Amino acid sequence: MADEINEIREEQEQLAPFDPSKKKKKKKVVIQEPVEDLAESSQTEKSDSLPVNDGLESSFTGMKKKKKKPTESSLLNNESVDAGEDLDEIANDEQEGEEGIVLQQRYPWEGSERDYIYDELLGRVFNILRENNPELAGDRRRTVMRPPQVLREGTKKTVFVNFMDLCKTMHRQPDHVMQYLLAELGTSGSLDGQQRLVVKGRFAPKNFEGILRRYITDYVICLGCKSPDTILSKENRLFFLRCEKCGSQRSVAPIKTGFVARVSRRKT
Amino acid sequence: MVELDIQIPSAYDPFAEAKDSDAPGAKENIHIRIQQRNGKKSLTTVQGLKKEYSYERILKDLKKDFCCNGNVVQDKELGKIIQLQGDQRKKVSQFLVQTGIAKKDQIKIHGF
Ligand SMILES: [Zn+2]
Repeated sequence: MADEINEIREEQEQLAPFDPSKKKKKKKVVIQEPVEDLAESSQTEKSDSLPVNDGLESSFTGMKKKKKKPTESSLLNNESVDAGEDLDEIANDEQEGEEGIVLQQRYPWEGSERDYIYDELLGRVFNILRENNPELAGDRRRTVMRPPQVLREGTKKTVFVNFMDLCKTMHRQPDHVMQYLLAELGTSGSLDGQQRLVVKGRFAPKNFEGILRRYITDYVICLGCKSPDTILSKENRLFFLRCEKCGSQRSVAPIKTGFVARVSRRKT
Repeated sequence: MVELDIQIPSAYDPFAEAKDSDAPGAKENIHIRIQQRNGKKSLTTVQGLKKEYSYERILKDLKKDFCCNGNVVQDKELGKIIQLQGDQRKKVSQFLVQTGIAKKDQIKIHGF
């Protein structure tokens, strides 16, 4: 269900009129694709009649998604549901596995009388794309986030050691991330001399991880194409998230601390 | 070469995102937060319930249901806030949905 919505949104965004960079992209596809295809496909002439034109492109991405779904679904689950799972492990290359399989049985209809089926042909197109124009095949490099490293300082403070590191991988200002973390944790904190984040209270790495996950969905990931390659900018007191990959832009909510109860020890 | 930009009507709601966020003009959300107190103790706060409700009555029910203490505090900017002892976030959220005080998508649970 959610996937469907995403797909629709994606289509919409690709049709959106304002972005010039996107048009270029489309054009590029139109020009390059048939050429590559011609050069590549000596065996099946029919696939040449499958130029990726403007109209097709949107449905194309949709189809690709569907095709990839079975292989990726388990991974996605891992990523979103299993908060405890190590972030590193997810990253490693199902791409390789996938590609290997597809390459081995490259043209399963070859040497037989039968016709190719749609999925096989689609697979072939994407293999060609991957070989010649990897950026068009839509295989995203995964951004790897290392799990938060946490130390206890005394009994009441927690030090988030690789905070800066993670800010860098997300390409976000440490101030912004810090503001969000502190608001969500309902506590106060600051950076120390070694650029580590020191927060009041006891927190486990998992706590930080969960919040960072939410931060990433709210302030890093592009809703349209799921790319983390985005820029957060502030215009007239409003925050906008612009995707470097697909050019879509959305507004994001400012970080609100909300109510903070006074929990310091009462004076007697 | 003429490029046409044709908007194909679909079920996509262009305002969906605006409704989700708590940008101005979006519907009021209820924020359930957690704060650490000294040691293992924590505190749950509920912010943004409609003013029409009797906070005292809701609090009374919450306290009874969860067997915890709590109180209502007045914040200058944010209005009345319900505070409960312990991490009651999930339970509060369930309670609010079950009693129809709030819809599920209005409730934002914060914290770790
Ligand atoms: Zn994007």
